[in-house]
Amino acid sequence: MIQEPIIALEQVSKSFGHSGKAVRAAHDITFALHPGRTVALVGESGSGKTTCARLVMREYRPDSGRILFRGKDLNATGAVGLKEYRRAVQMIFQDPFASLNPAHTVDFIIRRPLALGQPDLKGGAVDETIADLLRRVELDPGAVTRKHPHELSGGQRQRINIARTLAMGAQVIVADEPTSMLDVSVRLGVLNLLNDMKRDLGVALLYITHDLATARYVAEDILVMYAGQIVEWGDVHRVLTNPQHPYTRLLLSAVPNPEIRFDNPDARLDPHAVEAIRREARHLQDRIVEVGPNHFTRRAA
Amino acid sequence: MTADPLLSVQNLTIDYIGAEADFRAVDDVSFDIAPGEVFGLAGESGCGKSTIAYAINRLHKPPALIRRGRILFEGQDVLDLDDRALREFRWSKVAMVFQSAMNSLNPVLRVEAQFHDLLKRHRGYSKEQSRERAAEMLRLVDIPPERLRDYPHQFSGGMRQRIVIAICMALDPKLVVMDEPTTALDVVVQREILQRIDELRRSRGFSVLFITHDLGLMVQFCDRIGIMLRGNLVEQGTSEQIYHRPQHEYTKQLWASFPSLHGHPVRLERASG
Amino acid sequence: MGAVLKSFAHNRKALTGLVIVAIIVALAIAAPWLTEYDPTRRVGRPHQPPSWDHWLGTTRIGQDVFARLLYGARTSLAVGFGAGLLITVVGTIFGILAGYKGGRTDEVISFFTNMVLVVPNLPLLLVLAAFIGQASPWVIALILGATSWAWGARVTRAETLSVKQKDFVKSAEMLGEPSWRIMLFEIFPNVISIVGINFVGSVIFAVITEATLEFLGLGDPKTVSWGMMLFNAQNASALQVGAWWDILSPCFALIALGAGLSLLNFAVDEVANPRLRTGNTLSRWSLLMRRGEGRL
Repeated sequence: MIQEPIIALEQVSKSFGHSGKAVRAAHDITFALHPGRTVALVGESGSGKTTCARLVMREYRPDSGRILFRGKDLNATGAVGLKEYRRAVQMIFQDPFASLNPAHTVDFIIRRPLALGQPDLKGGAVDETIADLLRRVELDPGAVTRKHPHELSGGQRQRINIARTLAMGAQVIVADEPTSMLDVSVRLGVLNLLNDMKRDLGVALLYITHDLATARYVAEDILVMYAGQIVEWGDVHRVLTNPQHPYTRLLLSAVPNPEIRFDNPDARLDPHAVEAIRREARHLQDRIVEVGPNHFTRRAA
Repeated sequence: MTADPLLSVQNLTIDYIGAEADFRAVDDVSFDIAPGEVFGLAGESGCGKSTIAYAINRLHKPPALIRRGRILFEGQDVLDLDDRALREFRWSKVAMVFQSAMNSLNPVLRVEAQFHDLLKRHRGYSKEQSRERAAEMLRLVDIPPERLRDYPHQFSGGMRQRIVIAICMALDPKLVVMDEPTTALDVVVQREILQRIDELRRSRGFSVLFITHDLGLMVQFCDRIGIMLRGNLVEQGTSEQIYHRPQHEYTKQLWASFPSLHGHPVRLERASG
Repeated sequence: MGAVLKSFAHNRKALTGLVIVAIIVALAIAAPWLTEYDPTRRVGRPHQPPSWDHWLGTTRIGQDVFARLLYGARTSLAVGFGAGLLITVVGTIFGILAGYKGGRTDEVISFFTNMVLVVPNLPLLLVLAAFIGQASPWVIALILGATSWAWGARVTRAETLSVKQKDFVKSAEMLGEPSWRIMLFEIFPNVISIVGINFVGSVIFAVITEATLEFLGLGDPKTVSWGMMLFNAQNASALQVGAWWDILSPCFALIALGAGLSLLNFAVDEVANPRLRTGNTLSRWSLLMRRGEGRL
């Protein structure tokens, strides 16, 4: 049973720069985040996925379109509502090294957001909650609370980042490439943890990545972005098994597939074809085609 | 191996010397690379793969110390080369592409000047000759030669990486060492570049030492693969063997860490906690 | 922090510097116990060479040089550390504010900083000191504090700008932390090595500049300090008449303090930037190379 969306973007657009040389970072972005579900936002660098993340985090204001929080337009929300939004929507960054203050201990790092997110907790209850949160992200409180970030591994640091968002009482987590800087064997643990939180706590997850395989692993819905537009979107399995947009097909064919070696002519990407697909996809494609239930793609008019 | 290997690493052991204790980065590693072969070295951070790559080019500085072993290139121990021989060796026999190669281009020199630097030093080329050679190299990596007079910042990350590869090819090296050359690039650009390198190595006959953590990519690109864990080479074999019949626990664990795009979605756990 | 202090303690330069400065401070504090003479009174015959009664001899007007050196240390240290502290505090506050807040705040502070930076320091000090007349050490400390913070502010601002980009600062902002908390708890602990270097450098600067001003005759003649000792000795043509103890004592005192502080500065630098480390970490490597236990 899919619940009502907690955050919804409706035809949001954002450009940077002034009239002559404006860069269209995001165009006509429409998607929704539901409690207990993950939406994967997939694209290459420069595709606009980071801009979308920043729009959701309210770092940027949309030039047009609207963002709804629990059904209410954010622009029409007062200061109190905005404060609630800020608490509810938290971000996990890509770089586990840069996202924790090296001068602080793990205890301090979790204590502060806890004080903001659950101000009524006092004394011993605070210590217990910190320990609980650490256990929930599969860390041993006794072993890590007094440590500084540089004494922990990348995977442990990301888990602390996740614990921090929980301490704030986050209902929406925007995860920007949370595992791309982690060692391969550690990535799965972190992704599994995100999945668990989604399932057990009903958190809504916006998972931003360039890696299609992990998108399939954690998300129910997928949005494929290129040059500021969402070119294809819908149920992750439908989109990935039956891609319609030429760019999605290009992306899928470029993902490393050990079944097909480079000398296999099937594997070959023709650079001219690639360039042509890119050029086409850069144009504004305002026609939306429904390919199937919960599967849509843009097409040139 | 019927013919003589191009590169033969034998019992290589490298330590980083600390004030009190030493860190063994590479522990008794041996492998060969045949002429025209692509050999992959896979492993996670700290496993020693980059240390080996640096050692081949004698790029290490203190506190690194090569304790034991030899690195034979065409039968000669690289570690014994004197300064003059080393200068000849670098770029013309073995070339290296780094991950942040985009940053290893000199930002204040035009592309053609960077080629000229190299070609003048090694072959005594004039500016005209360098320009011709540079244009030829750029064409090999799908960059229009008209862009020779541009500066590095005028290119995208992927194009800069291609320029670096072109410079590496300029002296026709027999071995190209690539340390995570495409990790920071988008997947389509990665495929285009590696595809191109594959074509070039088949036509020009050079070998490649390809270092990455992406096993799937390795199986696509490499002929043989070595798996490294904490300084040890734990498994070695053809791509086919490593993909279909991995022997070592760690190799299996690595495979299990990659969710696949195909087949039924399952929840993956690490093999041992 | 603990790890930093530990590596500091293991650093030979740091220990040497610390010991030198500590000895000078200890001597200054223990002055009344180490000498029975009043440093301002005439207690012996003029220009006596060092003897058992007067360990470092006497000045032109019969004061005990050793006593003046010890009590003078108090003044020089007080001005040095006092002005150093003032310079560092002002510079750090302005630097972090300008770097973190950006925008208008940054424009105003940077403009102000650049103005102070551009004005030549020593001539300004000379003019101010001359204007005020016989400047007591406290006035000198204040003037130094007010005119020399600009470089530290610039450097701290630059460091703040780079720390500001880090994700953990963004995280704190997303939590809704107020600016002052972010500057104090997130930024400041991460620029502390710059602040440390700034402080030690400022102390060295203050000590030397105070001595310079007094040597040039701009100080209050009633002051007992190393700079005044130099001034008086110079006026009495001490070197020409062969009273080397009169002028060399404050000289060497200043050199010792300067050297101690500089060693501390190098050490702070090395601890903050591990790439600058030389010395004992490489000595083992060199040993092994020489023994033939490896090659490069």
